[in-house]
Amino acid sequence: MSILKNAIISALGVEAVFDGNNYPASMDFCVVPRGKFVDAAKAMKKVHALLAAEWASDESQLGRGFGVFACYRWGAEYLIVKIELPYDDPIFASITNKFMPAYRFERQMKSLMGVVPVGHPDLRPWIKFEDWPEDAWPLRKSFDALKPMPRVAGEYKFVRAEGEGVYEIPVGPVHAGIIEPGHFRFQAVGEDILNLEERLGYVHKGIEKRFEALSWQEGSRLAGRVSGDTTVAHSLAYCMALETMTGCRVPERAQWLRALFLERERIANHLGDLGAICNDAAFAFMLYQMSRLKEIMLRTNHKLFGHRFMMDRIIPGGVSVDIGPDGRELILSELKKLLKEFNRLVIIYDENSSLEDRVRETGILIPEKARELCAVGIVARASGLNLDCRTQNPFPPYDRIGVNVPVLISGDVHARAWVRVEEVRESIRIIREIINALPSGAISAEAGIPAPDTSGFSAVEGWRGEIVYWLQAGPNSEVNRCMVRDPSSVNWLGLEQAVLGNIVPDFPLCNKSFNQSYSGHDL
Amino acid sequence: MKILNQILRTGIVTEALPPEVEEEIKAVGTKLEEAIRRRFSRSLTIRQVDAGSCNGCELEIHAINNPIYNCERFGMHFTASPRFADMLLVTGPVTRNMEIALRRTYDSTPTPKLVVAAGDCGCNGGIFGETYASLGGIDKVIPVDVYIPGCPPTPIALLHGILKAVEVK
Ligand code: SF4
Repeated sequence: MSILKNAIISALGVEAVFDGNNYPASMDFCVVPRGKFVDAAKAMKKVHALLAAEWASDESQLGRGFGVFACYRWGAEYLIVKIELPYDDPIFASITNKFMPAYRFERQMKSLMGVVPVGHPDLRPWIKFEDWPEDAWPLRKSFDALKPMPRVAGEYKFVRAEGEGVYEIPVGPVHAGIIEPGHFRFQAVGEDILNLEERLGYVHKGIEKRFEALSWQEGSRLAGRVSGDTTVAHSLAYCMALETMTGCRVPERAQWLRALFLERERIANHLGDLGAICNDAAFAFMLYQMSRLKEIMLRTNHKLFGHRFMMDRIIPGGVSVDIGPDGRELILSELKKLLKEFNRLVIIYDENSSLEDRVRETGILIPEKARELCAVGIVARASGLNLDCRTQNPFPPYDRIGVNVPVLISGDVHARAWVRVEEVRESIRIIREIINALPSGAISAEAGIPAPDTSGFSAVEGWRGEIVYWLQAGPNSEVNRCMVRDPSSVNWLGLEQAVLGNIVPDFPLCNKSFNQSYSGHDL
Repeated sequence: MKILNQILRTGIVTEALPPEVEEEIKAVGTKLEEAIRRRFSRSLTIRQVDAGSCNGCELEIHAINNPIYNCERFGMHFTASPRFADMLLVTGPVTRNMEIALRRTYDSTPTPKLVVAAGDCGCNGGIFGETYASLGGIDKVIPVDVYIPGCPPTPIALLHGILKAVEVK
C-alpha cells in the first residue's frame, strides 16, 4: 500500500472513502468530509508530500454541488483528496498555511469558480482583473462563456513596502522584447530588490472553459495550444488523461514516437533558453549559435513530421505521423552534428569568466524554499529536488531506457542553465535509443469516449517540468471539466523568491533562467 | 580563443543551408530590402505585441531573427518602443485582459502605421474563438492591414506577410 494512502487512513480512518474504479491504477483517490480537508493536508505534510495541484469542479449537472480537489505527490505516488461543497454554501478551509502553492491555486479557484477558501491570507482576485464583474465565475456551469464580459470600475491593490529610500518600479504588461505580457512590481532600495510582486492573467483566454465546448478529440488540439512551446507535452498529458478514462491501449510504437517528440521538444527549447540566458548576460554569441542549432532541429521536424513544433502530432489513442528508415537516418546524423557542436559551445560557456560572474550566485532559489513552494521541473532540479515524471511515472519506453536526472543544489542561474545542458545530452541519448529500438506496429488506436461521471488524470514531464491534467466527463459523456496545471503555475512563485536581494539589472537574467510560461499559467 | 575558433568554423551560416531554402529566403529578402529601401528609407522598425497568444507565434518571430533568416540584413529590426515603430506585428487572439494595453500601444504608435496580424489566432481568434475572455482576431480591436495565417506561421510565411504589408503602403 502506498505511503500517502496509509497516511490518510491513519489520520482520518473510515472518514476517508476510497474510490478505486474511477481512476487509473497508478493513483489513489479519496473523498473526505468537508471539515477534514485541512486534516488531510496535515497528514500529507507529515509524510513530506508535495502539493501538485488544487482545483474545483462544478458538479451541479452530475447532481452534486462543487468538488474541491487537492492532488498530493510523493515520489512516484499521486493521491487526490476531494471534498464536496453544497452549491449554496461554497466555502471550505484553506490549506495555504500548510502548502505554499495553494496560495495561488486558491485565489484562482475563488476568482474563477466562486468557491471561498476560508482562512486564506490574501483574497485578492487572481487571473480575474479588477474590471471583471464581481459575480463573473466562468468555470461555473451557469456562466455563459460566449457572452462578452462587461467592464466595471475597480482597483487592484499591490503589496507595498515602505521606508526611507524605498521606491517602486512597475514593469509591463507590454515588455521591451518579443515576450509574453505580464506585470511586475519591484520595490527596491538603491539597486537591491526588496520585494517583487507578479501580476499575471493578461493572456487569460478562458482555456479551461473552452474545453467544455469542444469534443474530446478537439480537446487535444486545444491542449496543444495551452503553451505553444510545450505543444507536445501538453497534448500528450491531455491524451493520457483521456486514455486512462476510456481504457484505451496505446500501441507501443506510438508510445515510443510520443517519447521521441517529447525529447525533441525538450532539446529545442533548452537550446533556445541557453542562448537567451547567455544573451541576457551580455554574451550574444551564444544566442546566435544556439538559435542556429535550434533552427536545424525545427527544420528536421518540419521535414519529417510536417510541423516545426509538432503541433497536433499527438492525438487521442496515439500519434498522427510515423517515421520511416530515411527519417531515422536523418535524425541520427542530425544529432551527431548537433552533439558535437553543442559540446564545443558548452566548453565556451564553461570557460567564459565574465559569463560566470553573472550567472553564479545570481537568483538563488535555495532547496528549502523550492521544496516549500513545491517547485517542479528544471527549477526544482537546479535546487536539489530529484523530481522527474519520466523516472517516477514512466510510460514506455522510459521504463526501459531509463533517464539520468541531473540534480544540482546551488539553485542559481547557472544551475538552471546547467540542468538544461545535461538534459540536452541525455535527451540526445534517449532519442538515439528510441531510433535504434523502435518497435513496429500501429501508431494509433481507437481512443473511445469516457463513461458519464468518470474522471482521468495524468502527469507528464514537459521540458519545463511536470504537467498535470485532470479530466471529468459530464452526464452525457461530454467534457465537464478539464483542469490544466502547467509547471509555471507553481514555478512563478519561485521567481519572486529567487530575485530577493539581487540587483534590479539582474532581473531579466533571473527571469530568463526560469523562463516560465505566461499563457500556460493564465489559461 | 575557442570563441574565435567557433566563429571561424561556423563561417557565414547562411551558406550551410540547402540551396533551395537559401533561395527562398533570398527571394523574399531581396524584395523586402528593395521595398524597405523605397518606402522606409532603408529601415523598417517593428514593434511586436503579444495580445494573448500561446507563445507559439512568438517563437517563429524570434526565428526570423536567428542567423539563418537573419532578417536584419534586409533592413528590418525590432524595437522596444511603439513610438519608434513603423509597424505593429500583433499575435493573439486579443484577450479581454490585453485589450486596453493593445489599444494603448496602437495609439502610441505614430501614423502612418502598419498593422500586421500574425497567426490564425491573430486573424480570427483561432481555436480560442470569441468568448468572455477572448475577443477574437486583432481586427476586433484595431484596424489590420495584412493577415498572416498559420498556426504558427513559419518564418518564411512571416517574411512574406511583412513584405506584403510593406508593399501595401
Ligand atoms: S496561431 Fe497558433 S501558434 Fe499562434 S498564438 Fe494561435 S495557437 Fe498559438
